[in-house]
Amino acid sequence: MAAAAAAAAADEAEKARGRRAALSFAAIAVVLGLPLWWKTTETYRAALPYADIAALGELSFQLAVPVAVVFAPGSQPRDLPRLLPFRDTEEKETLLNSRTSIASRYEMVCRSTTAQEEAALGAATVQEADAALHQLQDASLGSLSLYVIPETSLLLPQGIGVYVGKHRSALVRAGQGLAALRARLQQVMQIMSFTTSSITAALSDRMPASQLGPDARRHFKSSLGYEITFSLLNPDPKSHAVHWDIEGAVSRYVQPFLDKLSFLANFSVDSQILYYAVLGVTPRFDKESSSFLLSAHSLPHVINPVEARLGSSAASLYPVLNFLLYVPERSHSPLYIQDKDGALVGTNAFHSPRWGGIMVYNVEGPAAPQASLPLRVDVDMVRVMEVFLAQLRLLFGVSREVQPPEVLLESPGNEGLADWELDRLLWARTVENVATVSTTLTSLAQLLDKIGNIVIKDDVASEVYRAVAAVQSAMAELAVGHLHSAFQASKEAVTSSERAFFDPSLLHLLYFPDDQKFAIYIPLFLPMAVPILLSLAKIFREAKQRKKEPTKTD
Amino acid sequence: MAAAVPAARWARAAAALLLGCCGAALASGVQDQAEQFFKSGHTNNWAVLVCTSRFWFNYRHVANTLSVYRSVKRLGIPDSHIVLMLADDMACNPRNPKPATVFSHKNMELNVYGDDVEVDYRSYEVTVENFLRVLTGRIPPSTPRSKRLLSDDRSNILIYMTGHGGNGFLKFQDSEEITNVELADAFEQMWQKRRYNELLFIIDTCQGASMYERFYSPNIMALASSQVGEDSLSHQPDLGIGVHLMDRYTFYVLEFLEEIHPASQTNMNDLFQVCPKSLCVSTPGHRTDLFQRDPQNVLITDFFGSVRKVEITAETISLDPNLSAFESKPPKDELAAEPLKYAEQLPVAQIIHQCGDIAVLDSVFLWNSMEETSAHDMKKCKTILIDHFLNIYSYKFFKEIKLCVLYKIGEAGI
Repeated sequence: MAAAAAAAAADEAEKARGRRAALSFAAIAVVLGLPLWWKTTETYRAALPYADIAALGELSFQLAVPVAVVFAPGSQPRDLPRLLPFRDTEEKETLLNSRTSIASRYEMVCRSTTAQEEAALGAATVQEADAALHQLQDASLGSLSLYVIPETSLLLPQGIGVYVGKHRSALVRAGQGLAALRARLQQVMQIMSFTTSSITAALSDRMPASQLGPDARRHFKSSLGYEITFSLLNPDPKSHAVHWDIEGAVSRYVQPFLDKLSFLANFSVDSQILYYAVLGVTPRFDKESSSFLLSAHSLPHVINPVEARLGSSAASLYPVLNFLLYVPERSHSPLYIQDKDGALVGTNAFHSPRWGGIMVYNVEGPAAPQASLPLRVDVDMVRVMEVFLAQLRLLFGVSREVQPPEVLLESPGNEGLADWELDRLLWARTVENVATVSTTLTSLAQLLDKIGNIVIKDDVASEVYRAVAAVQSAMAELAVGHLHSAFQASKEAVTSSERAFFDPSLLHLLYFPDDQKFAIYIPLFLPMAVPILLSLAKIFREAKQRKKEPTKTD
Repeated sequence: MAAAVPAARWARAAAALLLGCCGAALASGVQDQAEQFFKSGHTNNWAVLVCTSRFWFNYRHVANTLSVYRSVKRLGIPDSHIVLMLADDMACNPRNPKPATVFSHKNMELNVYGDDVEVDYRSYEVTVENFLRVLTGRIPPSTPRSKRLLSDDRSNILIYMTGHGGNGFLKFQDSEEITNVELADAFEQMWQKRRYNELLFIIDTCQGASMYERFYSPNIMALASSQVGEDSLSHQPDLGIGVHLMDRYTFYVLEFLEEIHPASQTNMNDLFQVCPKSLCVSTPGHRTDLFQRDPQNVLITDFFGSVRKVEITAETISLDPNLSAFESKPPKDELAAEPLKYAEQLPVAQIIHQCGDIAVLDSVFLWNSMEETSAHDMKKCKTILIDHFLNIYSYKFFKEIKLCVLYKIGEAGI
């Protein structure tokens, strides 16, 4: 009896020990094993500022332009609200869509002229006045100076109310009263800095396509560098030995333009001569003018056969602008381009959006019929560069929009670009850069959120932080009116965000559907889990039975 | 008699009116054509053509891809804008009885390998990872420009894939696969970064329609050669080469594209009708719900060709040639290096002077008026020409030129 009780007690102790062992196995597997497995199979993801990036999704631009309005003696309207000098602000807010808004602020400082400025305004011609005034100012990027001259002043030609110079100043006639003057000042300020439409065009990524005009598609997007190639196409070297002083022309006419834009991007210029390169289209012979004509609707087919030979694929990774000068064959000379209405094009040139331009250069026939071929042709580079520079400006988005009446815009001359046109470009580019960074970072954050098994390395995370900081500083500088530092910051932000987004390590690991995940883990975990689970089930059943037994024996 | 004359006059007037209307319609048609250029909103075209299977018996997949490559090049897209990925080399395969050729029609009617094929990703470089890298742009910095897809927000991209596939996946190189979810995610990342304006996705595999089921980004149009559960069949074997040359769907697409030229106005609806069930045995499918424009208004050349938009340059900048900006910049200190000279590629003027009237037309020489040239000069011509062309021109030109020169010299009795 006692032996049976001792055996039963030993049995009980054995069972208890077995229960404790099973429970401890289960506890270790759950408490130690599961977290260890989780930690060792997770991908390394550095922390990212998700909140800041989400805040960037809503862009409300605040663009401030510092303007100095200087009244020459005799030009002050009688009904000025306050005595000079005083400060005034003009604000306008536009809501483009639910996530984008623009608030423009013109901070005007109104004062009267100093003695030196008066002397400058007394110059003989308006160009000299402009040059003299430029010496007196220290206009920083983005700021404007508007000089109000008396209505009866002879400095401006008859019928012209506003003159916009080559630098950042403009001369405005006082007008018939304060309201007229205000309207004129507003017009000039918009021409020289930005308009709603120019900013909208810069934000084309965020706007629906229907609101954009063809201008928005024509010019190159903001990029860190551009490659410009000048090519001379000579399909008939037997008849024409063409010489062009491209090096001299580039250094005289193109380089000043690019130097002005050097702050915007890196430029590299090269040139080449292609022989036996024909246009893909046969021109039509026109009997009345005894010349050959290329009609407007055959122009799109001209570019493709030539493009393969231009060698732009061997150039850098930057966008390439191609400018081609075509000297037609002896048998197809002279060659003119016809526009849609059948009229001859004055410049004999056409351009293609985001690609470049082509100009046809006609050579006169030999003076005497027995003149020895090939004829030596020296290309008039001034005429050619006038057209190429115009096309270059168009492709960069510097275009003179429809000129309102009474406004005279000074031609930029040999520099190719007026200072205020550079400002216009910078305003648009800064806004475009900020919008690009915002889209890039928000989509990167979305991507990294959605796909859990992409590794985020530390340098990717640091680039993202840098981009966020730079874009915040760009927005802050725009609000204060420092265009130079705002553009600099926006360029930095674009570089960092592009580097982060296009980092080669961000390729997501191949997609694992759930059933494949089960297929991998079950053979590993099931053999280990089955005994533990079964013994836990047994313990649980025995515990339930023991709880029931005392009630039964009672 | 009197009644007939006014009737004739009426008829003439009516005819003149009709002609005038037709003329006006034609003129406005041309005008519309010009305006329509800006409707599609793209300024450049790219193509990514992928063949995913290797081994000799998958000859037809390489032939498929090369036929599309050929059409796309013929319609104007340059090599620099085409990313061609071929997983195996059929032209130089040891089992190819006609080396350096890939035929698409039996009896060796059409050699799609041609003279001018530029393969960007070849053989083992065609992997799912490389393909996704090309699409998303996450490429290591050392990759050459020809291997990159440098599209922007105004690019129309054509993506053509062929190989062996199944329900929801496409097999690469017989060892890995890409799923429709990954493809859809890659397109979404392209859209987020605005790497395309519109995308046309064509796939010729078994159960191809499953690959475009999961797309969710805007502006994508997709075509497939067969529905889920159907197999895409191959077209015809060539007994001389011993394998099937093309797949049916791509064969009929190639025939359709051969009739397109850069100025044609054929639209996408015609492409949807290509290869009905009677010819293809499988049912081709398409998906246009993500595309914003009506397929009726989408030209074939919007994706397969490269028709540029042009604008007339109306303005010029006035330059003053007398202002010399040379003095304003201080001369840079340069190391006294020997000035580099561009080597004389082909002293054309010299040769012309020496060899009489030679006109080069697309690598074929015509010799005119050789009477004045002495025999000694002829010999000198021959040496000069052959030397120059040996050194400078590629093999393709040399073959034809040498034959032509020797023939002509033989004719002249030297």
